[in-house]
Amino acid sequence: MEFGDILLAVAIMLGKSLLMLVALLIFIAYALYADRKVWAAVQLRRGPNVVGPWGLFQSFADLLKFVLKEPVIPAPANKGMFLLAPLLMCTLSLAAWAVIPLNAGWAIADINVGILYIFAISSLGVYGVIMGGWASNSKYPFLGALRSAAQMVSYEVSIGFVIVTVLMCAGTLNLSEIVESQNTRLGILGWYWLPLFPMFVVFFISAMAETNRPPFDLPEAESELVAGYMVEYSSTPYLLFMLGEYVAIMTMCALGTILFLGGWLSPIPFAPFTWVPGVIWFVLKASFLFILIAMVKALVPRYRYDQLMRLGWKVFLPLSLAMVIIVAAVLMATGNAPGVR
Amino acid sequence: MTVTAAFFYLFATITIASGFMVIASRNPVQSVLFLILAFVNAAGLFLMMGAEFLAMILVIVYVGAVAVLFLFVVMMLDVDFAALRQGFLQYLPIGGLIGVIFLLELILVVGAYAIDPGLVRSPAVPIPAPDVMTNTEALGQVLYTRYFYFFQAAGLILLVAMIGAIVLTLRERVGVRRQDISKQNARTQETAVEVRKVPFRQGI
Repeated sequence: MEFGDILLAVAIMLGKSLLMLVALLIFIAYALYADRKVWAAVQLRRGPNVVGPWGLFQSFADLLKFVLKEPVIPAPANKGMFLLAPLLMCTLSLAAWAVIPLNAGWAIADINVGILYIFAISSLGVYGVIMGGWASNSKYPFLGALRSAAQMVSYEVSIGFVIVTVLMCAGTLNLSEIVESQNTRLGILGWYWLPLFPMFVVFFISAMAETNRPPFDLPEAESELVAGYMVEYSSTPYLLFMLGEYVAIMTMCALGTILFLGGWLSPIPFAPFTWVPGVIWFVLKASFLFILIAMVKALVPRYRYDQLMRLGWKVFLPLSLAMVIIVAAVLMATGNAPGVR
Repeated sequence: MTVTAAFFYLFATITIASGFMVIASRNPVQSVLFLILAFVNAAGLFLMMGAEFLAMILVIVYVGAVAVLFLFVVMMLDVDFAALRQGFLQYLPIGGLIGVIFLLELILVVGAYAIDPGLVRSPAVPIPAPDVMTNTEALGQVLYTRYFYFFQAAGLILLVAMIGAIVLTLRERVGVRRQDISKQNARTQETAVEVRKVPFRQGI
């Protein structure tokens, strides 16, 4: 390759990444707003309604507030690691979006092992939490970090098995091909949420536990633990933690959309609906999952720690393990297993 | 080609440097973090060789699970690493011996390659070209057919190790009141609440 070609390829890649980043961050700003509005509506409050028309600019005002505040670094903290932790959390959760296909061929990097990449990146998110808790050099953040890490590691296992069942049906690890494998004449009824409904439920709940969303927000547990591993953080580092968390939630919504809700495919597979650009369907489906998660936050009380661990290890793990075997057996018995010669 | 070489040297340098920092850094937590950096860069090297499945599994298993447990243990245990360092000279011969064995093995592998490249490149199962089959599929094809018993044996060994670890740490404590969730859920108003008519000025 010529030097010019390399430069051009790098420039195109940078442009795509920047576009994705900006679109994602603006979407997250409004997802946050929607989250608070839904929460408020369930509790018969108005929610944010002061900044801009109907409070539409609330997220941007919050951003400014966080950025303009003074970052306080505790004296006994391990400074390098204290600042590295939020950066790591935010970067890692943004990195997962490199492989997510928003439409046919719209992924920044359409790699063969896309799903494994997302799983790997999301399993690295634990480090942001542990490092943040440890570097603060204080009891409460440390305890919060340990709780959080144990929780994230536990639910990763069941998410892994959920992904395995979908992979067995799709026969590929490439995210675009997983979506294409759901492209049948049945439309919405051909997507994996229907045949794999128990796994969809397990995925939805595990995704909330994995991203520390209520009702599994034990790491933060605002009412009793103050903010878990984030106690000592303020200003921009805190913002990065929160941003990382919301990006991780959107990643899980996108992953759910791809694995179970047919990605960019139209729910009704004929004329006027198939003209709608795939990216609109994708965003609609991801938003639907996000609204569901927001509703759960408003409706369900927080789990106790032992209940959380019991649910993860004694309910979801056996259930998903059994489903892996059942799905494999059914696929082999009916001769529908992809890639078997 | 130059870009590939540049990335190779980048990953390789960071892997070796962080590997060195694992044993050189004073803080045990920092050495675990350097170990993680080494793993991630090794995954990068795997990726460059086209072993994408291995690279991702390395990150998921070693970085995402094993190293988290390392970090847990290092943070929770009050290990005095300064005291451990006192016996450095004492352990030097053993460590040196292991180092020499590793070095000899590496020389053997590289030497065999230098003498006869065909020797190393003729594995029992031919490696399919990347454009014929993705390497996840290729691994699956041999792992569950040709090497099925080895795979099962590895699984069994891990299972035995896991049960062993649980047995070692399991202790029955008396007087612990455990919750039985199904029993709690099975309670109804009749079994949980008792309504009594209390006679005036007598009590129950």
